[in-house]
Amino acid sequence: MSIRTPLAHVRGLGTAKDGTHHWWVQRVTSVALVPLVLWFIISLLAVSHADYETFQHWLSNPVRAGLMVALLVAMFYHASLGMQVIYEDYVRPEGAKVVAVLVTQFVLFLLGVISIVAVLKIALA
Amino acid sequence: MAQFNLPPNSVIGKGKTYYAGTGAKNVKRFQIYRWDPDSGENPRMDSYEVDMAACGPMVLDALLKIKNEMDPTLTFRRSCREGVCGSCAMNIDGTNTLACTKAIGDVSGEVKIYPLPHMPVVKDLVPDLTHFYAQYASIKPWLQSITPPPARERLQSKEDRAKLDGLYECILCACCSTSCPSYWWNSERYLGPSVLLQAYRWIVDSRDEFTGERLDDLEDPFRLYRCHTIMNCTKTCPKSLNPAKAIAEIKKLMVERR
Repeated sequence: MSIRTPLAHVRGLGTAKDGTHHWWVQRVTSVALVPLVLWFIISLLAVSHADYETFQHWLSNPVRAGLMVALLVAMFYHASLGMQVIYEDYVRPEGAKVVAVLVTQFVLFLLGVISIVAVLKIALA
Repeated sequence: MAQFNLPPNSVIGKGKTYYAGTGAKNVKRFQIYRWDPDSGENPRMDSYEVDMAACGPMVLDALLKIKNEMDPTLTFRRSCREGVCGSCAMNIDGTNTLACTKAIGDVSGEVKIYPLPHMPVVKDLVPDLTHFYAQYASIKPWLQSITPPPARERLQSKEDRAKLDGLYECILCACCSTSCPSYWWNSERYLGPSVLLQAYRWIVDSRDEFTGERLDDLEDPFRLYRCHTIMNCTKTCPKSLNPAKAIAEIKKLMVERR
C-alpha cells in the first residue's frame, strides 16, 4: 500500500496531450494498405514468370514504381506504429520498453529506406 | 514483460468440500475461490453441494444459502439483489457478471466462482476497487458549467437526452474493466472501459460545458488509447451496455476536433 492518495496515483503525471495522431495515422496507413496490398499481389502474379528484363521494364513505369514506394512507406510506417503499441502494452520495465521501441523503429526505418532504394534502383536502371 | 503466470503465493490449491446432507434430491455443486489474508495460506477452491430444491434461482441466492447454512466464513459483497447496485460483480462460469442476475440454471455442471479478475483480493470474492473508484473520480463525473445555474432545471432536448441512453444505466460494477486484457496489463494508467463509458456519458451530455476539457483529460496514449477494441467489455456487461462503442465515440470526437 502506498501512502499517496489513490487519486494522486491515478492523476500521476497528467495526460500526454498526445495519442490521437498516432491512432489516426495507424488507421490511415491501414486503410491505404488495403488497395496497395491487393494491387501488389495481383501485380506479382502478373509478372511472376517474367525474366529480369521484363520485370525491370514493368517497374520502370512511374505509376508502378510510385505505388511500390507508397506500399513500402505505408507498410513500414504502419508496422512501426503497431509494434510500438505492442511494446507499450507488454514490455516492462520502462527502460526495456524505450529500448525495444527505439531499436524496432530504427530497424524498420532502415529496412524501409533500403527497400525504397532497391525499388528505385531497379525502376531507374 | 507483463506477468502471465500467477506468483507462487497466488497459486490456487484444493479446499474443503461441504456436502448437502442426506435427503437432498437436486444437488448443484459450487466451486468457490477462497482466500483469507490473515491465514498466510494460498488461495483454495472450496466445494459446496447445494440442494436446489431449497434454494432460489440466482447464483446470489446460492451464495447466501451457503453463507447462512453451510459456511459463515464465506465473504462476498451484495446489496440490492436486483442488478442495480453492482456490488455482487464476480467471475461466474468464466464470465464477469452479477451474481444476483445470473441464473444458476444457465450454468451446466459445476458453478465456478472467482473474484473479478486481475484485481487485488481483499478476501474471498471481495476485490479491492480503490484504484478503480479513484479513476472514476478522476474523470469528474458531475455536470460542469460556466453559465450560472438557471432558476429552474437545465433544459435538454429529447434528442439530446436520448444520447444518454445506454450510458446512464452503467452501475460501475467493474465487470467490463476487469474483463479487459488491456486493463489487466495497464490499469495503472489505462482508465478502462467502465470509466471511459462514464467519461463519455458527461462528454455527450448537452448540458455540460466542459466537453473540451474532458477530451483534453483523456487525450493520452494510455488513459484512452490502450483500448484496442477487444470487445470483452461489451460481451460481458451484465447490463447489456456497449462500452466499446462509447470509447469509439470518444476517439471519433478526438479526431473531429483536430
